[in-house]
Amino acid sequence: MDVPLFLIFAAIAVACGVNVVVQRHPITSAISLIGVMGSLAALYLLLGGEFIAAVQVVVYAGAIMVLFVFVIMLLNAGAEGRSGRSWPVRLLGIPFLVLLLGLLSFVVQAYAPKTDRVVFGAFTSGGPRDIGKLLFTEYLLPFELTSVLILIAIAGAVVLARKEID
Amino acid sequence: MDFFVLSVLKALVVAGALMTSLAYLQWVERKVIAHIQLRLGPYRVGPHGLLQPLADVIKLATKEGIVPSHVNKPFYLLAPFLAVSLALTSIAVIPFGPEIEAFGVRTYMQLTDINIGVLFLLAISSLSVYAVTFAGWASNNKYSLLGGLRAAAQMISYELPLAIALAGPLLIAGSLSLREIVEAQQGVTLGILPRWMIFQPPAPQIFGFVIFLIAAFAETNRVPFDLPEAENELVAGFHTEYSSLKFASFFMAEYANMITMTAITTTLFLGGWLPLFPAEYGSNFVPSILFALLAAAALYHGLHPARRKDRFSLPVVALLLAAAAALFLIPIVQTFLLPLFWFLAKAGALMFLFIWVRGTMPRFRYDQLMSFAWKFMFPAAAVNLFASALLVALFAR
Repeated sequence: MDVPLFLIFAAIAVACGVNVVVQRHPITSAISLIGVMGSLAALYLLLGGEFIAAVQVVVYAGAIMVLFVFVIMLLNAGAEGRSGRSWPVRLLGIPFLVLLLGLLSFVVQAYAPKTDRVVFGAFTSGGPRDIGKLLFTEYLLPFELTSVLILIAIAGAVVLARKEID
Repeated sequence: MDFFVLSVLKALVVAGALMTSLAYLQWVERKVIAHIQLRLGPYRVGPHGLLQPLADVIKLATKEGIVPSHVNKPFYLLAPFLAVSLALTSIAVIPFGPEIEAFGVRTYMQLTDINIGVLFLLAISSLSVYAVTFAGWASNNKYSLLGGLRAAAQMISYELPLAIALAGPLLIAGSLSLREIVEAQQGVTLGILPRWMIFQPPAPQIFGFVIFLIAAFAETNRVPFDLPEAENELVAGFHTEYSSLKFASFFMAEYANMITMTAITTTLFLGGWLPLFPAEYGSNFVPSILFALLAAAALYHGLHPARRKDRFSLPVVALLLAAAAALFLIPIVQTFLLPLFWFLAKAGALMFLFIWVRGTMPRFRYDQLMSFAWKFMFPAAAVNLFASALLVALFAR
């Protein structure tokens, strides 16, 4: 049951990912991205990471993408026009793409560590209790540093967005 | 029994009950608002307008479904579907009662108990923003767009205090499973109060409860936070361009969200299916006594009728109420009717509060709405969370 589900959700994730690039209207791209997030959450769930799956939906699909959609709607961004391609792009685009993909797959094959195959259901410590314990003991410093980083980003956004008062 | 068959049966029961209560919640709301405003409300279809929901459903289903020519069709059609499906999903993790045994089958009075239940609810509620936003945008109408944008901003803002207020009970219960949270509220505190989260030492969540309730009003787009559909400024807000069943979907979604929110509040703060006081003090007889009193009142008014037809109708009502009172005394039925009674009593009281507020409060102005969320609700929720965390760390376990 796990493998067919994995294949279905992986296919949806890849299809939505391609759709993000292919679509010409920003809203359609945004909803494709939400599709990617959702199917990733389903994949996490299949691997036993319930907490990560829920957080993926709450944070990425539910908060960040809502802001994306909000901004797109507020700016009323329309469909993008397709610009004509220059002749080097038309001539060399596909050969270079094939070359790049071949190179990438070669590098991955050659240098990626040879790990065991993933077994569905083998990972059981993905609950909120385990993750909370790890975050506040073993990974406390990276966790706190990340939150400081986010705080700096928020402060920066506020400074940039503040109107100049003379 | 087979797990699959059992699940399908439970899903059918819950779905049927939810759909019926959706329809009748709307009748109750119209009646209560009418009485608040010294009117009678629905009265024509059936006795006291009791068949009005049925008539409304038939009317909405048989109306012509118009798709305006200027809309973005895929998104326009996706939005109501998204609204209603997300709104109906969350009921799956709400526990209505403890583990029961009937006809040789042991099962929980809950569709499914997942160990991230609370997070699941948050995920669903955070996704339901899209329905309203897409509806507003795809309608290609400035009023709809304004409504959709307002909804997005409002729901993101109020999700924050909602989630923070909800962390208090989680801290005390030490679990994310809704069933375990209810089980952590068993017993009595201070000799008289139930150990519900709003009273439970070491950190009573009364403030958390109030903050959660206010945020829940905003999340369900109810008065005084119904800015997305403020009819005197935005025609009908995000659903201006919708008609027939597509409009009905938004309507259903609003009431389903209301039911879910009251159910979550009941589960997290008011002890879920647990009775007001323990069974040793006779809480098992409360529903019977209540129904018997109602039956007596109906019988009294039937014997001293104000109108001629009351002489026949009220004794029948009295008989039905007496039958309900007797039903609650049968031991085998008691095991699953009593938890259900307490759960529905609490959720129903909260639902009445929702309607009551709608009948009494004026709408916020938009800037008031935002500054209330960020300058009052968010800090208050954060302070409540820090205080409860400190108390739990000092005194619990």
